[in-house]
Amino acid sequence: MAYEFWGYVRPDGQVGCRNHVAVIPSVTCAGDVASAITRQVAGTVGYFHHQGCCQLPPDLDRVTETLISLGKSPNVAAALVVSLGCEGTDSQRLEEEIRKTGKSVRSIHIQELGGVSAAIKAGIDAAQELVIEVSGLRRQLVDASRVVMSIKCGASDATSGMASNCVIGYVADKLTDLGAAVVFGETTEFLGGEHLLARRAATPQTGERILEIVERMEARARSLGCDMRKGQPTPGNIAGGLSSIEEKSLGAIVKSGSRTIQGVLEYPEAIGDRKGLWIKDTPGREPEILTGMAAAGAQVMMFSTGRGAPQGFPTMPVLKICGNPHTYARMSHDMDINAGLVITGEKSIEEVGEESFAALLDTLSGRQTKNETLGYHSSIDIYTLGPVI
Amino acid sequence: MEEMKIALKVHEKDNVATIFAKDVRDGLVLVLRDPKGTEEPLRVIRDVPYGHKVALADIRSGDSIIKYGERIGVASRDIRKGEYVHIHNLDSMRGRGDLPAGKERQHGI
Repeated sequence: MAYEFWGYVRPDGQVGCRNHVAVIPSVTCAGDVASAITRQVAGTVGYFHHQGCCQLPPDLDRVTETLISLGKSPNVAAALVVSLGCEGTDSQRLEEEIRKTGKSVRSIHIQELGGVSAAIKAGIDAAQELVIEVSGLRRQLVDASRVVMSIKCGASDATSGMASNCVIGYVADKLTDLGAAVVFGETTEFLGGEHLLARRAATPQTGERILEIVERMEARARSLGCDMRKGQPTPGNIAGGLSSIEEKSLGAIVKSGSRTIQGVLEYPEAIGDRKGLWIKDTPGREPEILTGMAAAGAQVMMFSTGRGAPQGFPTMPVLKICGNPHTYARMSHDMDINAGLVITGEKSIEEVGEESFAALLDTLSGRQTKNETLGYHSSIDIYTLGPVI
Repeated sequence: MEEMKIALKVHEKDNVATIFAKDVRDGLVLVLRDPKGTEEPLRVIRDVPYGHKVALADIRSGDSIIKYGERIGVASRDIRKGEYVHIHNLDSMRGRGDLPAGKERQHGI
């Protein structure tokens, strides 16, 4: 059977499922101007990160590259770059790289324009023109092989590894078999299960790379000389029955399904035309991993939870799959799919998997997720490695 | 009639099972279901919250605790069959900056 969805085909051939004008502060100090613009101009969303100045050069490059990938991501129809003028990121390169996709890009510079109020006015005018320009774009029917789905679990409990992550694993396998792309991350949550992932690697080099990124993440966790419990697993995970990072990880990696792992993407990297199952090296915390997945070029995310994580992302719809039937009953206005029915024995993993796959295609075609309707997605950030100096 | 309370064993090698039921009190006999669907009674030692684990055999201090067929930690004290297993008697072996190098990261069971 052929599966299709209605998407926006971009000038560079990528397919978006939303049509946002992204307002991109090149540094945290430009965030308030960007925020004022998005409040005034309907059809815009902002990436309110906290990076871009007084960081070591590898981190500054990382921030610039991540913002470029976000601007190029397929749900962004056009972009407005908001620069302060003295930041450590390269706002000119940011603008130029996004423009290479064929999208319209404008920029404003707060110091050059004469301050906050002048920049807000110039930004509103520019954003308005961009919104009008892209608002007439039409959706087209495209094959499901054009899907790039990201996956994540958050606020997990013992139901996650036995229900909601199994459901996402079912969808991940199905999409991979249809020739689409699937990206998962949360390197911290490979600890204790990395040998199982390495066995699924397409090449010995990819297997070694998986073990390397886990070692790198674990070394960071060990560096403060303490037991990382409370940091991972979190107090909520522990209250939900997860006793160790190993137990959390073994439940978490279930969501990657069972197919071959093609390779590892670095945090700022976009997936481009690559298909199949990929890992992106990210931490588990929501603001950083959701940004990393949108930067990968994912149109949509399937997000598994047991205790009830409400977060989303400004330009990437997030579908919540809830494994705990009691949480679903309490938080049904935040949770899209009830995988708790697997725990109660009322439905099989395959049944909820098919329901989730259908919901995914509907979301890609324009139906809003519960998180989107609530607009609960402003807390985002970029994962950096070094100190703020 | 009261709902039957079930503990689920995920993998045949596991020495713990997860309980998805509320009000599981010390001394309650519940139904242990293994991956093949075979059921047997199991008496619980200590109250066990929803989604938490019980031991399926006596586990000696220092032995591996197995779920999903893989090690999720080691017993930090002797654990009896039926006893509640969580952070009070299970130690993680990963991300342990407080342990001397070489004490962690051993795979396999």
